[in-house]
Amino acid sequence: MNLNLSFQIAQTHLLAKKRQTLVAMLGVTFGIAMFIVMISFMQGVNQFLEDSALDASPHVRIYNEVNTQRPSILDDTFKQQGTINIVYHQKPKQQLARIKNGLQMVSMIEQMPGVLGVSPEVSSQAFFNNGPIQISGVIAGIDYPRENRLYDLDSRIKTGSFKSLLANPNGIVLGATLARKLNVRLGDKVSVTTPLGGNITLRVVGTFGFGIGTIDNIRCYTSISTVQEILGKDASYITDIHIKMNDPLQAISFGKKLSKQFNTYAEDWSTANQAILAGEKIRNVMTFVVSMTLLVVAGFGIYNIMNMNVINKLKDIAILKATGFGSKDVVAVFLLQAIIIGLAGGLLGLGIGFGISLLLSITPFDTGDMISLKTFPVIFRAEYYIMGLVFGLITTILAGYFPSRKASKIDPVAILRG
Amino acid sequence: MTSTVLQASHINKYFYEPEKFQVLQNINFEVKKGEFLSIIGKSGCGKSTLLYILSTMDTDYEGVLEVNGSRLTGLSQDRLADFRNEHLGFVFQFHFLLPEFTVLQNVMLPAQKLGKYTTKEIEERAYEKLKLVNMEAHARKQSSKLSGGQQQRVAIARALINDPTIIMGDEPTGNLDKANSNLVFDIFRKISHENGQTIITVTHDPDFAKGGDRIIEMSDGKIISGG
Repeated sequence: MNLNLSFQIAQTHLLAKKRQTLVAMLGVTFGIAMFIVMISFMQGVNQFLEDSALDASPHVRIYNEVNTQRPSILDDTFKQQGTINIVYHQKPKQQLARIKNGLQMVSMIEQMPGVLGVSPEVSSQAFFNNGPIQISGVIAGIDYPRENRLYDLDSRIKTGSFKSLLANPNGIVLGATLARKLNVRLGDKVSVTTPLGGNITLRVVGTFGFGIGTIDNIRCYTSISTVQEILGKDASYITDIHIKMNDPLQAISFGKKLSKQFNTYAEDWSTANQAILAGEKIRNVMTFVVSMTLLVVAGFGIYNIMNMNVINKLKDIAILKATGFGSKDVVAVFLLQAIIIGLAGGLLGLGIGFGISLLLSITPFDTGDMISLKTFPVIFRAEYYIMGLVFGLITTILAGYFPSRKASKIDPVAILRG
Repeated sequence: MTSTVLQASHINKYFYEPEKFQVLQNINFEVKKGEFLSIIGKSGCGKSTLLYILSTMDTDYEGVLEVNGSRLTGLSQDRLADFRNEHLGFVFQFHFLLPEFTVLQNVMLPAQKLGKYTTKEIEERAYEKLKLVNMEAHARKQSSKLSGGQQQRVAIARALINDPTIIMGDEPTGNLDKANSNLVFDIFRKISHENGQTIITVTHDPDFAKGGDRIIEMSDGKIISGG
């Protein structure tokens, strides 16, 4: 078998029918360009959602789940006797949101391998009074250096600074949208009331924006001791421990381990963000289904054109066989045509796909305050381009193989005798 | 004493469509080196069928075919293709050049397939063969732009490129006018006498057949004279 010669023949055939070749090529080009755009954009969206979820939420969060359901004393007492016990409107037990020995836990977890940072928090529901109106929110007492390490708070600041919390015990940093609702600016005073009646007036030392509505709308930060003071609790009172890992994927098993070790409730990010992860899976499936469909359609186009090509070239195939070309040579001639079409169309598709992705990635995309996006999220990764080219080639080879095999089985005698 | 280059023994061939029919009945003959042989007979007597069996392209027959002392019956299609490439040359009634290629490329292709010479040498040889059929001036032309007679001469040059032992023709002048027929005949004559290559043609043209060394006449699937 002489591949060079087969290539030469394939090339001559393709160049003799430039328009037909171009049409077949554009089928592949379109399929692969769409594949690249779809996958780059979808993965970009996935990455963006995952990042924003992971950025603003801890990998593992330890807290006391306040459980309103508890067995009644009646049930405890008469449980074996087959009686039916009815207790109406049982009230939940007075239960503290505190984590027992929270601060010791923080220093223990900090020593564990794979942990990037641990931050204790005291958080509480709160009402912000703005004249006659109360706006509800969450006040979180934080240890600024630790919390900053976890969430990179300094980069989220809009006005003022988080650092002022260290110097000013009566300082508060508000979410940007919350501050707008309260109509307060840097230096203004805010009155905060807790559900249990504690009240304090704090001075605004900064505003921040995570770009996530549920946080910027309701959250504010102050120092741990300030919140402990409003709640009337001692200095060891901690309600949340936030943990970030070096590898987010380890958080799931790490959370289970912690929950066992300390006998508390530990929630990992995948549980907290199940909707995002499920959406990611659905988008991945969609991307592949649409891209594969496009490539299969392009494949059928090539199959049709190659089939026609073989039928038009019956005489040539017969003459090649008569002059000593074997079936492998004939397969090579036609398969090479398909491969050339696939490769040229594929490379062009990669280029066009890259171009469209690039345009998309610089297209302004105004989402308002809620989401921190300025342009469409697009990811550029070499894998997608390699994958696109490989898929494109596989489809064209499959589409070209069957007509080529048909060509190689042609009986030259039937054609030469006329 | 010249040697035998082709021997056909007890060749039987059947057609199965639309019903079983014996086309060739017990064909036996041999061809000597350098012989110019014509096979004649009425349409449907089986002479073309016989030629395609001799050409190794048709393998569905009974009997034994030997060329150059090697037995070809029962070989695989790919081995036969290689054999055709090296030892057999073909000229068909409807010239059958590859239309997208130039005259020179058409002539070079079988030699490139054989791969015995470098491309440069093959090109030189192709020019030599084109000179023999007086077509060297058209070497760079697209083959579809030539007239029928010119195409047939190019086809002969292509048949000669690998210096085959046997050149087979299926009505090589069937589609040509008198002048071109004579031209083709002269070329055949020359290569059989000067190069010692064997020529086997199937023809309807009595003048063409008479000019050769031997005539085999067939009727109803049998050789009736010249075998």
